[in-house]
Amino acid sequence: MKFGILVNEGPFNHQASDSAYQFTWAALQKGHEIVRVFFYHDGVNNASNLSEPQSDDRNLVKLWSELGQEFDVELMVCVSAGLRRGLTEENLAPGFELSGLGQLIGAGIDSDRLIVFGD
Amino acid sequence: MTDETPEEFEDDEYVGVVKKFMFINRKAPYGSIYGHEMQETILISTAFEQDVSVVFMDDGVFLLKKGHDTATINMKNVSPAYRAFKGYDIEKLYVERESLDARGLSPNDLLVPVEVLSATELGDLMEQQDIIISA
Repeated sequence: MKFGILVNEGPFNHQASDSAYQFTWAALQKGHEIVRVFFYHDGVNNASNLSEPQSDDRNLVKLWSELGQEFDVELMVCVSAGLRRGLTEENLAPGFELSGLGQLIGAGIDSDRLIVFGD
Repeated sequence: MTDETPEEFEDDEYVGVVKKFMFINRKAPYGSIYGHEMQETILISTAFEQDVSVVFMDDGVFLLKKGHDTATINMKNVSPAYRAFKGYDIEKLYVERESLDARGLSPNDLLVPVEVLSATELGDLMEQQDIIISA
């Protein structure tokens, strides 16, 4: 099946990003296709390379980054939501890219299911 | 009202594919950014010529309440944008009756004409959608 993923919350404050990551990883393991992961609202903070969690905690930014690169999954961050929260090309973690909201609608059109992870 | 105009995203790639998109607003304005940022998504979706409906339920019904005055809280009034929806051919606006009742509101308190549906009717409508985006 082709899944689109929408992440509406930032890392750590809510479980949404963890759940989205685990769902995405599990779907890929089962051979499903991830059309795109789109980060919106505070979800854009998942893409910040300034994030430095303590070493005994999970590093969500790094996990998403690695997943994106290993499985060639598009990790797209809404540019206007990102700029509003101080996220620019300069502090974008590897594998993420800034893009317009049209990519979220496109993910809905191109996938069989769009799964929303939020508060 | 939005930094991105829908025109920027017009793309021949999607011509002819029409899905039912439903956007659900569940949170009050100003307490969080969800309603405001959801407006941007809804407006962008019009560039893709999809079958769009917008729902207001729970505290999300306050987004449509007449008379927002944000002067003293240093925030932009988000409500005029809903009046502009008609100009973008976003005409399917639904409000959950139970949410209005629980908050002592009636359709007369709202900025724009909407269709008021019961939770059950709204559930049936949700079942017909291809994509549901809620926040």
